[in-house]
Amino acid sequence: MIEFRNVVFSIGDHTILINVSFRVTRGQTRVILGPSGSGKSTILRLLMGLWQPDSGSILVNDEDITQVSPQRLREIRRAMGIVFQHGALFDSMTVGENVGYTLLEDKHDEPEIEKAVEKYLTMVGLDPDLEDRMPDELSGGMQRRVAIARALAARDPGILLYDEPTTGLDPQSAERITDLILSLRDTMGKTSIMVTHDIADAFKVGNRITVLDRGMVVFEGTPEELNAANDPFIAEFLAPFRKAVVAARLRMDQVRGGAASGRATPDPFPQQPGGSL
Amino acid sequence: MEALAAVGNRVRRVLEVVQDVTLFCVSVLRSAFFPPYYKHEIVEQIHFSMIGSMFIVMFSSLVAGQALAIQLARELAKTGAKSELGHFMVISSVRALGPVLTGIVVASRMSAGITAELGTMKSSDQIDALVAFGTDPMKRLVAPRMIGLWIALPVLTILGDTLSVVGGGFVGLGYHITLQSYYNGVAKYLTPANLLVGMIKPVFFAVLITTVACWKGLTSGGGAKGVGVATTQSVVISSVGILVTDFICTKLVFRVLGW
Repeated sequence: MIEFRNVVFSIGDHTILINVSFRVTRGQTRVILGPSGSGKSTILRLLMGLWQPDSGSILVNDEDITQVSPQRLREIRRAMGIVFQHGALFDSMTVGENVGYTLLEDKHDEPEIEKAVEKYLTMVGLDPDLEDRMPDELSGGMQRRVAIARALAARDPGILLYDEPTTGLDPQSAERITDLILSLRDTMGKTSIMVTHDIADAFKVGNRITVLDRGMVVFEGTPEELNAANDPFIAEFLAPFRKAVVAARLRMDQVRGGAASGRATPDPFPQQPGGSL
Repeated sequence: MEALAAVGNRVRRVLEVVQDVTLFCVSVLRSAFFPPYYKHEIVEQIHFSMIGSMFIVMFSSLVAGQALAIQLARELAKTGAKSELGHFMVISSVRALGPVLTGIVVASRMSAGITAELGTMKSSDQIDALVAFGTDPMKRLVAPRMIGLWIALPVLTILGDTLSVVGGGFVGLGYHITLQSYYNGVAKYLTPANLLVGMIKPVFFAVLITTVACWKGLTSGGGAKGVGVATTQSVVISSVGILVTDFICTKLVFRVLGW
């Protein structure tokens, strides 16, 4: 459904992506994982046609969006909804106007827009009474959910793109967002690409994960395969997450008295066959 | 040799900027002349640029007109031509000072507002969000501002000219120039040609202000500091640009139209 084939992209003399290839099948959630500055968000901007690659192909439903006319690109974009990092809500509009933005653009009548706004706000777990509020009156987590509601209301897209949807949120809000992303995939069959540097989110949400390092794909596979990978970069990248999980597990055991009774702490990352970690 | 290369690079960069701004200006004009139009945004922009700038234009024009009248009345009194004050006020206010003063006042206010708004929208991904949801930012953000200024600026110029000339009349009273005598001079020289010269300039000023302010906003980068720098540059370029445009318009009007 979505495919990147040997995509190269640079800004000036700085090469951002080098021969990036991956494929996302219908109903699947692909996570693009990597440290800051690895070129993750660039992938979404290329996919939306906001930027043009230097070379390579980007296929959406078997159509190369790098070769289509601007008019056709606008039509293809209609099949996609995007949740930008920090929401990117239109700050001069109310929550309701943000959610109903594309419907307003498509000249739907007012009762229809109001009904849709109510439907999508409810779907993302927000009170429809918030529709008259301005975005800056909401918390970061609520803004992110409004952004998801806006993306869903955008002509009910089959493809959803999330750019660091949990960055800067407290753990509870982040969990609500990732639960919502999972629910949209499982109940509505949305095809999704989520860009993140949060390893826990990637393991939770992704059917398949692509890891980027300095613009190059260094890993592609399932979360289980990522856990078993023996690449030094992957080991270094996952190390803080693994340490945090082990430390948390140990602390929980101590709190429960497990350590005092001499029980061994189970290893949350058991050695996988063929893996060196 | 290196210095030569540096100069060459600098010239190339300047030419690239000129090319970008020219192409952007063409794109702005195309967006403003051809539908679809965002009527709600156009009305909002007319209100923002006209009503929002009205008081400051009225006050500035009244004060500047009176200052100009004092200078003129003193000089005319020396030559015994005080009755010509109305004549000179019309020529200097309606043809020259009025459009420029209104243009600079509106440019200072609007350029800063437009650049800061668009720059903030860009840095918070709102411009990309518009494009992603199928909206052309030129149509939605830029064209309404251009059309709004095309309507607001001539109206504000007429208002400013009127107050400037009226202010001159009151100054004349202090120099024993009767209102009737002043009015006669004004009426004689307030010809369609003089009015038209004063009205042509704001149309070009509107193109200049919108192009510079929107271009600076949409190409700004570097977060809050970048938006701040872009806003300052926008006000400076617009204000200086208005003086240059005024000079070119005046020259062309004399040369081409002979007015």
